[in-house]
Amino acid sequence: MVKKIEYLFRKLFFAFIIKPFIYIDMGVNVENYENFPKKGPAIIVSNHNSHIDTLILMSLFHNYEIPYIHPAAALDYFFNTKFKSFVFRKLIGMVPISRKVNKDNIDSIFDEANKILDNNEILIIFPEGTRGSNCELQQFKTGFARIAQKYPSVPIIPVYIDGPDKILPKGTLLWIPFIANVYVGEALYYDNTSAKDFAAKVRNIVWNLQQAHKNREEL
Amino acid sequence: MELHNIAPNTLIALIIFYIFLILMSIAGFILRKAGKNVDNFITRMNSFWIIALLFTCAFAFSRKIALLFIMLLCYLALKEFFSIIPIRKSLRDVVFWAYIAIPVQFYFIYTNWIVMFYLFVPLYMFLLIPVAMVKKGETQGFIKSCAVIHWGLMSAVYSLGYVALFYSIPASINPKGGILGLIFYILILTISNDFSQFFFGKTMGRHKIVPTISPNKTWEGFLGGIFGTTIISIIMGYFLTPMSIYQSAFAGAVLAVAGFLGDVTMSGVKRDLGIKDTSQLIPGHGGILDRFDSLIFTAPLFFHYIAYVFDINILR
Repeated sequence: MVKKIEYLFRKLFFAFIIKPFIYIDMGVNVENYENFPKKGPAIIVSNHNSHIDTLILMSLFHNYEIPYIHPAAALDYFFNTKFKSFVFRKLIGMVPISRKVNKDNIDSIFDEANKILDNNEILIIFPEGTRGSNCELQQFKTGFARIAQKYPSVPIIPVYIDGPDKILPKGTLLWIPFIANVYVGEALYYDNTSAKDFAAKVRNIVWNLQQAHKNREEL
Repeated sequence: MELHNIAPNTLIALIIFYIFLILMSIAGFILRKAGKNVDNFITRMNSFWIIALLFTCAFAFSRKIALLFIMLLCYLALKEFFSIIPIRKSLRDVVFWAYIAIPVQFYFIYTNWIVMFYLFVPLYMFLLIPVAMVKKGETQGFIKSCAVIHWGLMSAVYSLGYVALFYSIPASINPKGGILGLIFYILILTISNDFSQFFFGKTMGRHKIVPTISPNKTWEGFLGGIFGTTIISIIMGYFLTPMSIYQSAFAGAVLAVAGFLGDVTMSGVKRDLGIKDTSQLIPGHGGILDRFDSLIFTAPLFFHYIAYVFDINILR
């Protein structure tokens, strides 16, 4: 019952606040939307330049699906106070992932992420680990590959988002509307390579999507 | 909420327009039933329905709502423009000031301070954008960035803003259709010009008119567009505006040329940037700038024409 109210609230929050904000204030152009997952389970892997990234990716889903989308967020940034933790978990559906590995959490670090995929829900991960600047693609951390290793049947969808670094870059609060471009790559599955190689492979796909975008801009 | 006094002629024209839309949609469904591939046409028609209903709702109630609606339109158009040009991240602040110009301009329109509307974007924003650039302290691409941002403001905010400026014309000059009659006339004429150019170009287009910019445009389409638009202008001008038959015919021909020029200008911009559509906002049509490119040229022209012929004071 409590869960139902929470889900309804999240749907309404997206339908009446986040989606109008994303689609009217800013606007989103999607390339290859047919590659985008409509239903879980799936892992979406994307570059990260702004907080807006998460909201754009979530807005691409139908409203019915909204409660079942979970962006993985840094434990030390989004969950460091009780209030923040409550708001981000309940309103957006974020799940915490620790950016630091130590003896205490090494076994349980992906527990929440795994639970999401067990429930056939969708996980959004920004494997750069933090927001970048100037659209430079950082090295991908291997966390998502380790999750994928456990779920070889879950599709991984690489995505490149252009625009949020102009809309709301790191370190500013003045947000300026632009239309964002989302490039969706083809889904792939975990193969038998190591987590490190797989992370590099996915990064390469996202990098190619970025280059395709750059080629277009320079025309 | 106070309803406008919609003149009977304008109301009848609106009803005829909707009957036409219904017939087009029915034709689309019949063609689909007959097994023809008209999905693109139906997508376009559905989008067109939404545009038509939005415009009707926006203009039917009050001047305030209409101005807000046109303001939103200008905002979407300007945002589209800033999103298609390769603008650097460091110019965010300059872009911010460009956005601020929209509410300021509509304040001038709302308070009927028309001279200030004439001057604000062409002159004061022209001066302010370099100031914002100087404040940024960047010299790389200085003049280019100023020019591009001002170009966007002029086309997306200033020219489209003329649609709202029709409300500043006293309704007494147009007893037949009222202010809404004039706005309806220019909107329908611009759309039907696009359509008749497309129609004549598709059916008998042979000779390319601007092959480097828009290879699909032909002389036949251009001249056919002028012909079709002039006829529609004479009919609509008679019922909706105070123009005589000759004045309507002249307005129709001039607006047809202007609409064509607006169309190819935006094509030139898009070709320069290597894109097909300015955004994906309107399914089947592209973006605001794709759909309203002709209006950027026709709205100011028709406003000045009406003002020159019937109410010269507004220009003084």
